Amino acid sequence: MYVRSLDLVDFRSYPRAVVEFEPGPNVLVGPNGVGKTNLVEALGYVATLSSHRVATDAPLVRAGATTAVIRCAIVHDGRELMVELAIEPGKANKARLGRAPVTRARDVLGALRLVLFAPEDLSLVRGDPAERRRYLDELLVARQPRFAGVRADYDRVLKQRNALLRTAYLAGKVGAGSRDLSTLEVWDAHLVEHGAILLAARLELCAALAPHVAKAYDAVAAGGGGAAIGYRSALGDLPAGRDGLRDQLLAALRDARQAELDRGVTLVGPHRDDLGLTLGPLPVKGYASHGESWSFALALRLAAYDLLRADGIEPVLILDDVFAELDTGRRQRLADLVGGASQLLVTCAVDGDVPADLRGARFELGDGEVRRVH
Amino acid sequence: MYEGAIQDLIDELGRLPGVGPKSAQRIAFYLLSADAADVKRLSTALDRVKELVRFCTTCFNVTESEQCRICRDPRRSDDVLCVVEESKDVVAIEKTGEFRGRYHVLGGAINPLEGIGPDNLRIRELMARLGTGTVRELILATDPTTEGEATATYLALLVKPMGITVTRLASGLPVGGDLEYADEITLGRAFEGRRRV
Repeated sequence: MYVRSLDLVDFRSYPRAVVEFEPGPNVLVGPNGVGKTNLVEALGYVATLSSHRVATDAPLVRAGATTAVIRCAIVHDGRELMVELAIEPGKANKARLGRAPVTRARDVLGALRLVLFAPEDLSLVRGDPAERRRYLDELLVARQPRFAGVRADYDRVLKQRNALLRTAYLAGKVGAGSRDLSTLEVWDAHLVEHGAILLAARLELCAALAPHVAKAYDAVAAGGGGAAIGYRSALGDLPAGRDGLRDQLLAALRDARQAELDRGVTLVGPHRDDLGLTLGPLPVKGYASHGESWSFALALRLAAYDLLRADGIEPVLILDDVFAELDTGRRQRLADLVGGASQLLVTCAVDGDVPADLRGARFELGDGEVRRVH
Repeated sequence: MYEGAIQDLIDELGRLPGVGPKSAQRIAFYLLSADAADVKRLSTALDRVKELVRFCTTCFNVTESEQCRICRDPRRSDDVLCVVEESKDVVAIEKTGEFRGRYHVLGGAINPLEGIGPDNLRIRELMARLGTGTVRELILATDPTTEGEATATYLALLVKPMGITVTRLASGLPVGGDLEYADEITLGRAFEGRRRV
């Protein structure tokens, strides 16, 4: 899969920009603040319908304009597909696939598969467990879209269960008679049902991902490797298989019953889990240097890329501002690792940072324009 | 802002489900320009609906008499009882012409976020009906939403010990649709719930 062209109207700093990309390596060069990441962000938006930098759509529209348009031609298996998105903050996005408008913008999901590494990804390592759960679940959905539904079902049941616990907690606090918990057993059963499916899928994903993470970290980190990931659950050691997980989750809910009633919130389940990151014997969080943390974050993205590739999906790989952080040896190792990508987009501020083997198509950015150099 | 009666009407219309401020304004000005007899008919209909319509004392479907048309019908079977959330679900199932038993309308689904528990639904009345021993099968036809599923599970736990067969409507692919047009979530669920032929 590769992006053949990207056409922006009133997106971020660009009143209009048209870029014709090539398969294989593409390098975007320009000084800081010139709009390299804006191009990357636009492609990311087509792939996920959200920005990797901001939570709302308003900053995506150029100041003074009302609507931003992203047009993107994607070539997959020799066929070209046109995706068009019109972003109007406060309203539903309008989308077209080919020439036909689609009723829901989310129908364009899957048209462009991409893995993006950006400086913001440092929060994968340094941030809250929620960041790492999102990383796992996004990858899960990219491989099997059905899990978007599983995740949504789980979240809904969790919300309802929390509401029930909260009401019971408040009723108990003011001593307003009986706590109505007659339906708690029902919510337990549903939480466990969806939770076990989600948990089983995450465990399977972690097992598949682990060797890819170790390999990617070895390539991009200076000196020692030994990077490992492991699923961390409040349930302790987890059995394999959905039935075992269901039983264990149910037992844990029973054990936590009193604590949950005392606090009015659900205390066990996949929404409390984490992806543990370790370097040798030590956890990354709190022990690793900036360089090691950054390398680990990059390794997580590269591993996701490797895994999707092993599944037969050839995603587009985007490395935003990566090479400046690496020394010459590691630059070369990273280039060896990603050189075979069906399409690779690299941004950098200094021309010489990118190894010679990645000298594919080159673009220079400046004065609100994108110029093809060679 | 308009003054007086017209703004009152716009405000009232705007409180209806599915009617936004623009639509409310359009309907209000339509009514203002419409024939007085037409408007009178509408206002009479509004009065009558609150005066005459009540809930069936047996199944809690909407009706104008003590019992609804379905509960009064002697040709229908008392063996099978179908539980639905709302009266409009009865209409939907009736359209199929497949079901010849009786109904029970719960008046919603268990929804802790909105403060709706079993006591706010007509579950006690359902248990009383089942207690008479005439019903052999209970069909749970609540919505396939998180809340509908929870309600169905709750009822199943309650009713099964009574020795009554409890069934749940199937969910999966829509009939007459192309497989390729089903969204991946529905299709994924249909895969999970596949059956042997």
